[in-house]
Amino acid sequence: MPENAKSPALNTVAPIALRRRITDHVMTGVAVLMVVLVLVPLFAIFAYLVYRGVGSINWAFLTQTPKPVGEAGGGMANAIVGSAFILALASVIGVPLGVGAGIYLAEYGRNRLGDVIRFTADVLNGVPSIVIGIVAYSIVVLYQKHFSALAGGVALAIMMVPTITRTTEEMLLLVPRALREAAYGLGIPRWRTTLSITLRTATSGVITGIMLAFARVAGETAPLLFTAFGNQFWNLRANQPTAALPLQIFNYAISPYDEWHKQAWAGALVLIILIVTAVAAVRFAVRRGTFGAA
Amino acid sequence: MPSPQPVEAKKVIGTSPVAKQAAQSLGARGETGDQIFKFAMLLCGLAVLGTLVLIVYQLVLRSGPSWHAFGFKFFAGRDWDPVNEQFGALPFIYGTLVSSLLALIIAVPLAIGVAVFTTEMCPKALRGPLSFFVELLAAIPSVVYGLWAIFVLVPILSNYVQPFLSRTLGWTGFFTGPPYGISMLAAGIILAIMIVPIISSITREVLMVVPQHQREAALALGATRWEMIRMGVLRNARAGIMGGIILGLGRALGETMAVTMVIGNRPEIAKSLFAPGYTMASVLANEFSEATGDLNLAALIEIGLALFLVTIVVNALARLLVWTVTRGQPARSNA
Repeated sequence: MPENAKSPALNTVAPIALRRRITDHVMTGVAVLMVVLVLVPLFAIFAYLVYRGVGSINWAFLTQTPKPVGEAGGGMANAIVGSAFILALASVIGVPLGVGAGIYLAEYGRNRLGDVIRFTADVLNGVPSIVIGIVAYSIVVLYQKHFSALAGGVALAIMMVPTITRTTEEMLLLVPRALREAAYGLGIPRWRTTLSITLRTATSGVITGIMLAFARVAGETAPLLFTAFGNQFWNLRANQPTAALPLQIFNYAISPYDEWHKQAWAGALVLIILIVTAVAAVRFAVRRGTFGAA
Repeated sequence: MPSPQPVEAKKVIGTSPVAKQAAQSLGARGETGDQIFKFAMLLCGLAVLGTLVLIVYQLVLRSGPSWHAFGFKFFAGRDWDPVNEQFGALPFIYGTLVSSLLALIIAVPLAIGVAVFTTEMCPKALRGPLSFFVELLAAIPSVVYGLWAIFVLVPILSNYVQPFLSRTLGWTGFFTGPPYGISMLAAGIILAIMIVPIISSITREVLMVVPQHQREAALALGATRWEMIRMGVLRNARAGIMGGIILGLGRALGETMAVTMVIGNRPEIAKSLFAPGYTMASVLANEFSEATGDLNLAALIEIGLALFLVTIVVNALARLLVWTVTRGQPARSNA
């Protein structure tokens, strides 16, 4: 009678096993609940952003400068262009520095100095953006005696460099050593090898890193508050206060006017769309470019 | 992987007479080029180092007047009065700590739940999209979080959550006072949403390096899936998860815009989470460009210096913890 022989064992084991099985199911349920709780705000933010933003975006918003309080209409065209201007300044300063430092770490950085620079980059990555704003204020604004697009660009460049440095290093280290040796074997000097072979091979990875850094700083507001400062009018001079999209969103969001709230939502939607398309466009272009070369 | 040395390259070149000729004609130019290139790249590397030195130098230099005027009392003082030039940073330090801790209390279970679910429980096909969505949270700019918090989160808090909390938990003293919505609680919640992706992505990374045989061993001993996760996976990854949590804390401490928009910006120390507060980063955002005198500016920069030092310590600690798990020896090889 095998059934009878089994049943006492089952009877003693079953209660514990049941409790353990219930715990197992409960914990799975808890994990699913956590996932749902995290995804709900995500979808809520995007849904609300699209809902409020789409209703407020119009041609005037994209082509006009802000109107004074009380007047309807107006837009954020100067802020959109100003953001692009500040980001261009930041990229001009930050990208070469970051890529250069990444090349140093990957090609010459297997020593104490390399370790120190690596650690410094990681530390810089964690410095609060508002503190970087203070430093840009101290070294540019106090020197120039007024707020400027350049100060904003410097602040954002400082934020871009660590990310670009670390990803460039990682991407260069992924390039097979045989490729470098083949280049040396052809008598190509080391610097040419690094630029034309190693960096060229890693281009798509390096650019992805640059875009990550770009996307990260594109929405930054805190370091621009007392560097670029904002401006109600057009400005494309590097030494003058300049409007930026995130700044404008912030100022409008905390204002008491409904008309400005609408504009803030429209600005937020435009900001996110610009960030996403910039990243997607470059990724697409890079992918096509390297397929051709490889 | 050690980088190839130029010496090796020369050896290779030296093997054929044609190449030797080529090497001779190229040699001098190539070597000078190499020197210049290496020097230029070194300068870029040193610029990274220089930036950090510059940050420290500027912060220390420009906060000097405040340090001389108040000394350590600066961090214990409760008055913030630009008109009479009395500056104490305690309410801001309090606000930063409380809002960040609140964010951690909310975010940690969520983030670990998401990480465990994506690595251990969910079907493979769901894994990619799920991580993508959670990481998408990290891509939303801080000011957009703030905007959403002002117009969606705060009304929900003041209409539903706060009345409910004060009815049920009001006796603790943490949930009393008028339900305005704008509060320390709102700041903590929006911070929590912002740091979940950081903590969960680090946790996921750490969980994935736990050796597969740990899981198999636990299952072979008859453990249920949850017991396997608890004993075989989470216990092994403790140090790394802690690192992820501290990294999230670092982000929360320095977060500026979203907090500034919902915390109420009043330098008060109140027990109730419904009361408005002020953080170190928010006071910089609000008052820096309108500082009235040198001492006021120096006091604000000293707050920046304090924030900088705290985040550096927190981040260094976090990186160390994550590093012990992902690259070094397993944190508990005897477990």
